[in-house]
Amino acid sequence: MLRVDHVKKVYGEGNDAVEAIGDLDFEVRDGEFVCVVGPSGCGKTTLLRCMSGLLEPTSGEVRLHDQAIDGPPEKMALVFQEYSRSLFPWMTVRQNVAFPLRRKSLDGAEAKRLVEEAVDSVDLAHALDRYPWELSGGMQQRVAIARALAYQPEILLMDEPFASVDAQTRADLEDLILRVRRQYGITVVFVTHDIDESVYLGDRILVLTPSPTGVQESVDVDLPSPRDQLDTKELPEFTRLRGHVYRSIKRRQSAPAEGGEVQQEPAGAGS
Amino acid sequence: MSSGRRWLAVGLEVAVPLLALALWAVLSAGSETYYFPPLTEIFSTFADTWLFERVGSDVVPSLTRMGAGLAIAVLLGVGLGLALGLSPRARRATSPIVEFLRAIPPPALLPFAILVIGVGNSMKVFIIGLVCLFPILLNTIDGVIGVDPTLRETARVYGISRRDRLRNVVLPAATPQIFAGLRTSVSLALILMVISEMVASTNGIGYFVLESQRAFAIPEMWSGILLLGILGYALNGGFALIERRVLRWHRGARASALS
Repeated sequence: MLRVDHVKKVYGEGNDAVEAIGDLDFEVRDGEFVCVVGPSGCGKTTLLRCMSGLLEPTSGEVRLHDQAIDGPPEKMALVFQEYSRSLFPWMTVRQNVAFPLRRKSLDGAEAKRLVEEAVDSVDLAHALDRYPWELSGGMQQRVAIARALAYQPEILLMDEPFASVDAQTRADLEDLILRVRRQYGITVVFVTHDIDESVYLGDRILVLTPSPTGVQESVDVDLPSPRDQLDTKELPEFTRLRGHVYRSIKRRQSAPAEGGEVQQEPAGAGS
Repeated sequence: MSSGRRWLAVGLEVAVPLLALALWAVLSAGSETYYFPPLTEIFSTFADTWLFERVGSDVVPSLTRMGAGLAIAVLLGVGLGLALGLSPRARRATSPIVEFLRAIPPPALLPFAILVIGVGNSMKVFIIGLVCLFPILLNTIDGVIGVDPTLRETARVYGISRRDRLRNVVLPAATPQIFAGLRTSVSLALILMVISEMVASTNGIGYFVLESQRAFAIPEMWSGILLLGILGYALNGGFALIERRVLRWHRGARASALS
């Protein structure tokens, strides 16, 4: 279980201080697929960086199985939005996926099996010895996903991973992530600004308020599995949920923000 | 580019220098001017001198000095560059010294080096190494600072050890910059090799050129200059070849980012 316990994050000090996260408090159950949505600039990326141990909260803490996170834990992997900048261009697909496995003491054959299995599960077995820059954007993001899977995390954090690919690729990647999540039985925390995507993928949706960020609402998604790009999206329940989440975000945005009038995240924290 | 045009381009690259040589040969044929002997005479002197009589006595010592100086510059430049690139504090502390040292015109250090180290090989290696150090050092620092933050964070998220991060993330990411510095240093190494051999030496190509001039052996002098030109050309060509291989990923990644 992943617990975000009254996390607050303030960038800078004194008069320049920017409160990116006001007070975030929620849990992610084992095996759950949680989508995080919210108005742009609401600190989604900051939250993910705090959860992954890349960033230390100003107060509060993130706990994984009752252990406070003070650096990137071995049971967690993170997939960034910018696939082209998170894959190592001097390594082949195989080397990219195998690189994080050095942390785990595996023998060569076992590591090789994990790498090939992960690459196979994202349908890139034919590209094992290619370089990332020889592949399309969608394929590059699949390599990044395979790298995360081979690492065998319990929790996969994804930061708007499909925001910079075209619509068709995006739909394919959404179905792929649902499939590998079942195959690997992992917990997923998926940040997105796309409401359709959050409803389609999630078991639960966390709607965040504008900055300083808190949890506005937690919406359970009661749609049948496995999901289907056509059938699921035609269900009345899908339409209802989409409208509900949309209104939830809009309502809060049009209301005057509490505290500071901060709309933008500080440089470097944005997605 | 169609293959016809490519052949034309390659043909021009080969033909124009040959034409220039031919022109030189024709214009200098039967030259009575002492300072500009006929090209044919320079060529025959070149063959007599450098194929291969003085290779062991002058060419090999020259290239050894240059290679040793460059090797030291690469080791120190990349090593120090990584350390300074990773530590903003160390960078601040050392930057005035680095900027000052690199501002000194290199030949100005020769008298000092001769005084302290003497006129032997070590002096020349020292001067070549010192001068070649700065382009590599400064470029390595820049390269390390410029490593994409997303790459660094990826390495952190996956708990890549410090050693692996340095060797397999920071160093490769900085290689394009390191090679930019290295390219400058290779040219500098050749220049400093010649200068140091002209100032104080008993052998070497630079020494030979100056001694020939002093002995009024003008065709010999010209043949030495010609050899230095050829060496410089070959060095740059060899360097470009290595760079193409090592930085293949860089060109590929850049091309795909632009398309």
